[in-house]
Amino acid sequence: MSDTDNAIAGETGSSTQVVKPPFVANPDLPPHGARRTDVDPKAAKRAEHQVATCFGLSALATVAFCICYVQIPIDAYLPIPFFGAWSASNLALGLTFGLAAFFIGVGAIQWAKKLMFGGEVTQMRHPLASPPEAREEALEQFWAGADESGFAQRKIVRRSLLMAMSLFPIPLIVILRDLGPLPSDSLYTTLWRPGMRVVLDPTEAPVRPSDIPVGGIVSGMPSVLPAVQEEQGTLNARAKDVVILVRLAPEDIKSQQGGTSSQPWDYQGIMCFSKICTHVGCPIALYEQRTHHLLCPCHQSTFDLADSANVVFGPAARRLPQLPITVDAEGFIVAQTAFDQPVGPSFWERA
Amino acid sequence: MLLIVLAMLGVVYAAVGQATTADAATDTAATQAQVTAGHKLFQEGCSSCHGLGAQGTQNAPTLIGVGSAAADFQLSTGRMPLAVPGVQAPEKKIQYNDTQIAALAAFVASLSPGPQIPTAKDLDYAGADLALGGQIFRTNCTQCHNFAGAGGALSQGAYAPNLMSASPQEIYEAMLTGPENMPVFSDQTLTPSDKQAVIKFIENIRTEPNPGGWSLGSVGPVSEGLFVWIGGLLALIAAAVWIGAKVR
Amino acid sequence: MSAVVDKAGPMLEALDERLTLANYVKRNLRKVFPDHWTFMLGEVALYSFIILLLSGIYLSLFFKPSMTEVVYNGSYAPLKGLSMSEAYASTLDISFDIRGGLLLRQIHHWAAMLFVASMSIHVMRVFFTGAFRKPREINWSIGVGLLTMGFVEGFAGYSLPDDLLSGTGLRIAEGIMLSVPVVGTYIQFFVFGGEFPGDIFISRLYGVHILLLPGIILLLITAHLMIVWYQKHTQYPGKGRTNDNVVGYPVLPVYAAKAGGFFFVVFGITVLMAGFVTINPIWAYGPYTPDQITAGSQPDWYMGWLEGALRIMPNWETTAWGHTISWNVFIPGGLVMGLVLTAMAIYPMIEAKVTRGYKDQDHDLLDRPRNAPVRTGLGVMSLTFYILLWIGGGNDIIAKFFDLSINQITWTLRFAIFIVPPLAFVATKRACLGLQRKDRDKLLHGRETGTIIRLPDGEFTEVHAPLSEEEKAVILSKTDHIPLEAPAETDANGVALSKRKLKAARRTAHLSRWFYDDNIPKPTPEELAAAEAHILHGYEEGHLVTEHRDSLEPEGGVLHDPNAEPAEPSK
Repeated sequence: MSDTDNAIAGETGSSTQVVKPPFVANPDLPPHGARRTDVDPKAAKRAEHQVATCFGLSALATVAFCICYVQIPIDAYLPIPFFGAWSASNLALGLTFGLAAFFIGVGAIQWAKKLMFGGEVTQMRHPLASPPEAREEALEQFWAGADESGFAQRKIVRRSLLMAMSLFPIPLIVILRDLGPLPSDSLYTTLWRPGMRVVLDPTEAPVRPSDIPVGGIVSGMPSVLPAVQEEQGTLNARAKDVVILVRLAPEDIKSQQGGTSSQPWDYQGIMCFSKICTHVGCPIALYEQRTHHLLCPCHQSTFDLADSANVVFGPAARRLPQLPITVDAEGFIVAQTAFDQPVGPSFWERA
Repeated sequence: MLLIVLAMLGVVYAAVGQATTADAATDTAATQAQVTAGHKLFQEGCSSCHGLGAQGTQNAPTLIGVGSAAADFQLSTGRMPLAVPGVQAPEKKIQYNDTQIAALAAFVASLSPGPQIPTAKDLDYAGADLALGGQIFRTNCTQCHNFAGAGGALSQGAYAPNLMSASPQEIYEAMLTGPENMPVFSDQTLTPSDKQAVIKFIENIRTEPNPGGWSLGSVGPVSEGLFVWIGGLLALIAAAVWIGAKVR
Repeated sequence: MSAVVDKAGPMLEALDERLTLANYVKRNLRKVFPDHWTFMLGEVALYSFIILLLSGIYLSLFFKPSMTEVVYNGSYAPLKGLSMSEAYASTLDISFDIRGGLLLRQIHHWAAMLFVASMSIHVMRVFFTGAFRKPREINWSIGVGLLTMGFVEGFAGYSLPDDLLSGTGLRIAEGIMLSVPVVGTYIQFFVFGGEFPGDIFISRLYGVHILLLPGIILLLITAHLMIVWYQKHTQYPGKGRTNDNVVGYPVLPVYAAKAGGFFFVVFGITVLMAGFVTINPIWAYGPYTPDQITAGSQPDWYMGWLEGALRIMPNWETTAWGHTISWNVFIPGGLVMGLVLTAMAIYPMIEAKVTRGYKDQDHDLLDRPRNAPVRTGLGVMSLTFYILLWIGGGNDIIAKFFDLSINQITWTLRFAIFIVPPLAFVATKRACLGLQRKDRDKLLHGRETGTIIRLPDGEFTEVHAPLSEEEKAVILSKTDHIPLEAPAETDANGVALSKRKLKAARRTAHLSRWFYDDNIPKPTPEELAAAEAHILHGYEEGHLVTEHRDSLEPEGGVLHDPNAEPAEPSK
């Protein structure tokens, strides 16, 4: 082969050169030095014993595994200094099984390294491309087959086949239709209705304004949620309708998402917000009462509850929807209205 | 200076000596002597930030109405007195002895009614519902303190502390008073029995075994990921290097 | 001869009569595989996958992939009496009520982490040594496919137990689905069978996790290995190793023993990890419910970079004509991974095109990373990008352990992600060129011996020794690429090229110059021959001097010779 040879760049025909290694200082393999085990029969014997010991240890460990499996009760715990108590069963089974495998491996590798033939050998690579005759023959056969099929000549057969084949996968897609219902308006609605009580999560007790001190936060849900959850058999309602109630000193509240002075959205400084983050839907309840910031532990979106729950940091784009609240005749906190916007992450159809 | 301290200690000692030696936690009704002693201690160690009348200053909040529970929590965890102002008062060596803390708490409680130090009955969590405690913990606490109470980061350098060294009384007081950035959980939203359940759950985390072995700090998948690279993969690479090494 | 070996002959005969086996066996049994520790990283991935299949089969005997709510009555006290999905309850049973169940869960999960980790490090080895070049581009793309499948399969796996952490991961996945423009809500409703979380998703995911994805992975691995086998493994340059041969150990016995032994070592270490170190303590997280969350909600490490992208992305969202596009979710959650993996998959084609067009020769001798500065730079740049995202994914844990502010970390990363990777590229490329220069110097001036002599005319000089044959072979394995030239406006026949083609060719030439313009060429044969004679001469003289240093005047002799006895302090 010549020192340089020409190649075509892309399809454009521009030629280029690659300087091939002009002189390969690359004679033969260095001779492999004999290992100690090759020249000293004693060393070889020692290596043989090492390998056999490994295999023997593995066998022992396997037996030990079976004994541990039968003998150690699953609820026995072994105190490990500084690390607490560990399951004796898990530890013993892991140790014995692990060593059983490990020693087979070490033994086999030691065998290969010390006792099997130790020199590297050279093999030539075969060219990957077929010889030109073979390629030609392959092409010829292809064309012969294509010719005999008449694929190229019988236009109408070809086209109708292509049409049929391209339509054929459609049922495979259509049949996926019933994977789920269409979204309809379910992303826009929650269980909240005017007058519905907020009950505590998880104790389901209704809340009075006096229960929540300034600086306090509680997780709440609509009073009907447990029943709905029972009926639906899913956590769907919980994934959308949960809220938090926080109480701020009224003078700390800079703004709210709605309400008038005669009908404010808060009740004596108690405000209610959706607990579902507007970023990707994690429940957001990491509340810093001094700064009035609510932080999402998933992606750290931060909302200022004193200022309409606006986003002050992080990847969330929309503020947390506020639920207007008041109290009912018995003095329990209830929703004034439903949410005025969808809760949770944004989606395409949302205006 | 030393004299003053010694004198104060004497006063406190005398005051406590006169009072019944009953457990401070069970006896929340502070004596007048305790309040007086507490007032002295307050003027000496706290008033420079909280104001002579404990009304608060630019540097520190008012203590009127925070109750003995808050004072006890801050002092008995060493958070107060503050060494340097910062994002958050760190836990450190406790500066006052039990008697002094009781006196200071009595003084703070005398300013205006507020949450009181929980009684021994409040703290008796033996009969509490462990599973309910877990549910309340996961609903209200894990978002900051992590699933194993290992603590976590808040915004701007603040943090929720690790709960594993907190005593039941400290946990109870923290829920009751909402120290620092922690929200307040009143006895109405989290009843004493709910609080006991939470304490029982935290105590259970503290004492329960780690069935699977080393817990890697109980901070979730991040430490697991570090371990698989630094521990697991490195061990396997070492094995690979050994396999590939030439033998003499 | 043992009985086993004795029986092999008749057995082979019997099989050959039915399957023409001898032809295959004679071709392959003594096939040579090069031996190097970096060639075993892919093996770790293969073995982890086998461990995953085995442990997964056991777990599937006990796991109930159902979202039906049940009341837990097993032996883990803190969760007794709580309502939870059957999936979670059965995972608790595996952990606490089935002997060895916890061990197998932990083996399965550790093996999964190792599977992706070893694939990642294997892909780095292949990239930095240029092992993806012709004829191995197809295998590289299959490998990228395997890596992708590994990500998805791992995510599916740790989502199955339906604990608080995995449910949070699914919730995030739901949010990402919703962010897809136009069809997002439909995707979400079809995948979850309605609103999140629904009652069917776990069973759907189970089918994907234990059948569909492992099937695909198995197919891809089979293809990957068959191609490796057929094309023969690449090798590092060295004495006696050329582009046309392969130097190593025959499959039977050494390679088989080493590879088989290594399988057991990987198996053993994985099981030991499972016995000693907790992974995914689902009992501590609690059952999933969409209203609970824990601090430190992170995915497994290989999803950490996506999590980081989600965390550091600014909060961009567009609302227009009654529709919303959540760039803040769709870019990091939907696009980043797809773009990065696609770029990886097609990289060999790009490099081949700027190197010699598509008509390339075979590359069976690996590149040293320094000899491909732009490629190495691009690799380090991508790694830096990846690691920065990774840091973003753990920003809360980092903030907690190093007393930093989450906000500061995030803001730093928002800038660093654009600034640091290019800097890493430049620094790496320069380092590579520096090493190339050093290699050239070594060839022209020999290896520095550390021995400094003073010549008769008073000049100080260091003795340079000739390179060893091995060293020379390694350095001379470098290929000097000359960048493609922009084509003439007409081809050889004087026909003008179309504008489009011309433009494309010019772009390629431009890119090619960017790749190869800075190359430090190897010395020409004449230069080398002259240099070698010179080095040898100098070395022998220097050696002469140093050997006879005792007889020399102190001033005229050796100032510093590391091999010498500590000399008396000279002036």
